[in-house]
Amino acid sequence: MLSTVRVMSSLTLRQAILRRRYLLGGLPWRAALYLLSSVPTGAALLASVLLLAVVGSALSLVLVGLPLLLMLALIGVPVAAVERRRLRLIDPVPLGDPHRSPSGTGLLAWLRTRLREQATWREFRYVLLFAGVLWPLEGLLVGGVLTVCGALLATPVVMAAVTGGEEVRVLKLYLADSYPQAFALALLGLVLLPVLAYPLGWAAVARAALTRALLSAGGEGLDARIEELGRSRMRLVDAFEAERRRIERDLHDGAQQRLVALSMTLGLARLERPAEPLGGLLAKAHEEAGEALVEIRELIRGIHPQVLTDRGLAAAVEDVADRSAVPVDVDLDIPDRLPQPVETAVYFALCEALANVAKHSGASRARVTGRDDGERLTVEVWDDGTGGAATTGGTGLQGVADRLSVLDGRLLLSSPAGGPTVLRIDVPRIPAHLVE
Amino acid sequence: MLRIVLAEDSVLLREGLVGLLERFGHEVVAGVGTAGELTAAVAEHGPDIVVTDVRMPPGFSDEGLRAAVALRETRPRLPVLVLSQYVQRAYAEELLDSCDGTGVGYLLKERVGKVEEFVDALQRVAEGGTVVDPEVVRQLLRHRRDPLSRLTAREQEVLALMAEGRSNASVAEALTVSEGTVSKHFGSILTKLDLSLTDATNRRVLAVLAYLRK
Repeated sequence: MLSTVRVMSSLTLRQAILRRRYLLGGLPWRAALYLLSSVPTGAALLASVLLLAVVGSALSLVLVGLPLLLMLALIGVPVAAVERRRLRLIDPVPLGDPHRSPSGTGLLAWLRTRLREQATWREFRYVLLFAGVLWPLEGLLVGGVLTVCGALLATPVVMAAVTGGEEVRVLKLYLADSYPQAFALALLGLVLLPVLAYPLGWAAVARAALTRALLSAGGEGLDARIEELGRSRMRLVDAFEAERRRIERDLHDGAQQRLVALSMTLGLARLERPAEPLGGLLAKAHEEAGEALVEIRELIRGIHPQVLTDRGLAAAVEDVADRSAVPVDVDLDIPDRLPQPVETAVYFALCEALANVAKHSGASRARVTGRDDGERLTVEVWDDGTGGAATTGGTGLQGVADRLSVLDGRLLLSSPAGGPTVLRIDVPRIPAHLVE
Repeated sequence: MLRIVLAEDSVLLREGLVGLLERFGHEVVAGVGTAGELTAAVAEHGPDIVVTDVRMPPGFSDEGLRAAVALRETRPRLPVLVLSQYVQRAYAEELLDSCDGTGVGYLLKERVGKVEEFVDALQRVAEGGTVVDPEVVRQLLRHRRDPLSRLTAREQEVLALMAEGRSNASVAEALTVSEGTVSKHFGSILTKLDLSLTDATNRRVLAVLAYLRK
């Protein structure tokens, strides 16, 4: 994906130069500006690098120099940011930032992330190349083109203003001593301008390609992005889970308590044995409050079962098995509590699996077995049903598989026609993205 | 009249429960909102029975239940009725494991709506009986096939009702059959479960529950 973008952008730039309209557009000027702006940037950079290196090394003996050397090492990060922005002068396709988000907040986390990245060191190498080699070459090229054209074009003016129409030495090479000569030189300058716009454009293209190659998110950057995607997916799941817990807590502390109090009040009112029709109405209201309580209790359990938080996966799964319409044997050997996202994901995976057993399999019994070997948690759901289960087709298993994949887990399903069906869940005990 | 220590963090419910219990002539000697206060109140008042919520501050996990189990370790004769907003076999088992399950109750909180049944259950626990919420009993019974699968549906019903701590008369009333029929069913249950027990209701229930738990 990223490499296609790169190819496309340099292609369009090259095509733009080959088009006839190239000279009429702003591109030659932007190419010149791009190359020209390298000069002050590069010069300032060279000065900074030298200053940091010399002062930093000298003072490193007394430790104060170390932060300076650290700054030197990281100088590529801001420079690359500027360079990526400067590239937009001639290249409309933005160059992505290859850096990862820091693993935490604060300067220390930022430093740790940056210093560990290859991108940082590639940018540092770019800085050395830029400060040491590139900017003088660019300056020479653009300066040369501008000086030659400028001097030629300015010949008549200089002749009139400075020497009073007698003679003028152009570029210290040619002596023009009449106005016709001077105007001929100016005309030459005018002709040279579009001609020289081509080497200028090509130089800018080459420079842009070099910047792109050195500062883009390469293969390693792609890995970093995938890593970041994994993390952000995990954060999303965490946020989602936190929200579920909040809803559960709100229902538990709010609506459910009030309903219990209401039911109690209605119960007390009924003790007064009121006359009909009030007595009958009260009884009905009482009954309905009771039904609402059953519903809200089931709802709360479905959102997030408290036993999972309190007692862990094995107890929660036994609880689900207890409620299953198909008899389920549970044999889970999980001695220690697991990280909360793992417990939750596996719990809901097993809920879905057991719901499928009850709804679709026609099984007369099922079994949940599992163990935690310290590295991975493996759980199997077996049933003696008719088989033919699939992860597609609205069984909800796709969602389960997605959720497990966030934790680098897998869902394997074996369900030949005629059964039995075995669903296996395999998750690392501590998922990679969990380690912060 | 029972002297009760009540632990419930919802003020609304706590006050409702105090009103309800006083309506039936009991005295709430202390109404508290945390597990720590519960332990302190029991030490201070020496109540006849403790009624406690499961989920309480500070952790909003199962502090109430843990406090109840801990209390029974130091005061084995202290009856405890635990109210829970959800049915959890694991909680019931922990509670029943404390001191042979005498004088313990585990009820869904919503059962307080049926005020007379609730106060009746409270009385039974205070007298050393065992009361387990029908939902829990149903869970326990549902999938314990061997040897419970040998019981007929009616026998399972009878057993479930007995596990709630009901007497034969109460079971008969609930199922609208005669007491003699209940005795007959129960005899058959005992035979099928290979249990030979005496006549004491609580011990029968306990034996059955202990058996179910295994």
